[in-house]
Amino acid sequence: MTDTVAQPSVADAKAAPDTMAWDSGLRRLMMIYLPLGCFVLILLFPFYWMAITSFKPNAELLNYKEHNPFWITSPTLAHIKHLLFDTAYPRWLWTTMLVAIGSTTLSLIASTLAAYAIERLRFRGSPYVGLGIYLAYLVPPSILFIPLATVVVQFGLFDSPMALILVYPTFLVPFCTWLLIGYFKSIPYELEECALVDGATRLQILRRITLPLAVPGLISAGIFSFTLSWNEFIYALAFIQSGANKTVPVAILTELVTGDVYQWGALMAGSLLGSLPVAVFYSLFVDYYVSSLTGAVKE
Amino acid sequence: MSVTTLPPLALARRQPSLLVRLFDTKPFLIVMCLAPAIGLLAVFLTYPLGLGIWLAFTDTTIGRRGVFVGFENFQYLLTDPLWWNAVFYSVIYTAIATFGKFALGFWLALLLNNHFPFKSLLRAIILLPWIVPTVLSALAFWWIYDPQFSIISYLLVDVLHWRSSNVDFLGSPWPARFSLIAANIWRGIPFVAISLLAGLQTISPSLYEAAMLDGASAWQRFRYITFPMMMPILAIVMTFSIIFTFTDFQLVYAITRGGPVNSTHLLATLAFQRGIAGGELGEGAAIAVSMIPFLVFATLFSYFGLARRKWQQGESND
Repeated sequence: MTDTVAQPSVADAKAAPDTMAWDSGLRRLMMIYLPLGCFVLILLFPFYWMAITSFKPNAELLNYKEHNPFWITSPTLAHIKHLLFDTAYPRWLWTTMLVAIGSTTLSLIASTLAAYAIERLRFRGSPYVGLGIYLAYLVPPSILFIPLATVVVQFGLFDSPMALILVYPTFLVPFCTWLLIGYFKSIPYELEECALVDGATRLQILRRITLPLAVPGLISAGIFSFTLSWNEFIYALAFIQSGANKTVPVAILTELVTGDVYQWGALMAGSLLGSLPVAVFYSLFVDYYVSSLTGAVKE
Repeated sequence: MSVTTLPPLALARRQPSLLVRLFDTKPFLIVMCLAPAIGLLAVFLTYPLGLGIWLAFTDTTIGRRGVFVGFENFQYLLTDPLWWNAVFYSVIYTAIATFGKFALGFWLALLLNNHFPFKSLLRAIILLPWIVPTVLSALAFWWIYDPQFSIISYLLVDVLHWRSSNVDFLGSPWPARFSLIAANIWRGIPFVAISLLAGLQTISPSLYEAAMLDGASAWQRFRYITFPMMMPILAIVMTFSIIFTFTDFQLVYAITRGGPVNSTHLLATLAFQRGIAGGELGEGAAIAVSMIPFLVFATLFSYFGLARRKWQQGESND
């Protein structure tokens, strides 16, 4: 879209020589590519810094006078080795994976059924149930973690990953339900009517017709839930006490940050490894992420 | 049902028919479908929400059931300079971070709305800060803000020679406050930009064509077409952003833990420090409950944004 396409009217008359003077390629460079480049540089720099720090030997890490900090002269795997063999890192990764998969599965089942009931079984008050679930999404974990901690203790789940699997759906279910309601809306109701006329039961319709058509929506909801549970911090910090049961984000902050001298190499290696699973997951399903992010906002 | 033609199959079919028929009655099916979601939310969201409000009116500590003390916790908070400090910083943090995120995010969305090669790849890269666990990127920022080995200080002192001494990012109150806000903006830009980009793509190009025929300048096109058309989605995204920035916990807890001298406590980190780390559950709950008025305000904002959107697009209120 360029200004030259427009009719040269009164307002454009002044701008016209200006645009002529600017070489349109240069203008594009200054107005679009330069700011975009700055954005990308700033948004990605912390990751570059994280990655480069985790492969730097300590001597290079703390000596900017003799080594250019932006590059590594003698990369080392010492930090990653330390992390994998001298700490409980593999165990933390495993716990995080378990919690993320468990809570994602639970939320997917609960929200698929709920979305189906609200969108397709339409009953009196179904919009209000939908609105109620939406409002639940607006309740942030920060105001819930203290009473939830007492609830978790009451249930005897304190310090158990099970507590996290049961609690994470409180923010996953509202999100997934809204995403899936939107998705079910896009599936033509006539398909279900045909099946009803053919004598299929409601559950058969859900299993054979609606669910297969909603697979992209289910994938979106699933990977989104996985990412959100992988990243969750405050509940995991409040409900888990023993070192072995911690999730990666909490464990790095509470178990690896020790004393006054921070082991930046190990900390950054831990952050890098902890980010990798979601980053890999993300790179495989980018389009689903974008569609679920924007879909949920539009709903 | 053809019982005469296929007896074995029909028998097998009839066996669960009562159960099947039960699952086919609509009221029963509705209840069964809603039960897991509503059950989970009731036990782990609604009940704790109520319990939290109740706890705020008691003097419960870890290991001791409290008794009802009325407004004592809140009266104490009103005289507590640390609580006022946290309210002050929460409001500033939310205001500046939200403004920064939306100004830069909107700009990034407008940039991404142009045509250029590798657009989808770029869009994917830009979302990364939002995908990666916040605490882990916060650790990277902690290292970037290191008093001795900060890479920003290195750039300013040794490469550009703009300063003679290292920047003390986290050592004194105001620099620490702004360093945290910068980290929050960094993390929030991708979400805002990608959501707003989705909104931008729904604006019909014919509106711009009409405006250009009428001689509207680039600024006028933005001011009178882009901005009003984006209002509804801006309102929604901003509500989410405000709610989750105001109740932010991870960034502050990971980078400063409220220090130096409690200057960067948000209400959420203060509630954690008093409630979980300090064991004063009642007082922590009171701090958490004191966030609710702000959240209600933000939700009302969202509601009116939504209502306006329907009216704009000529939809009925379904």
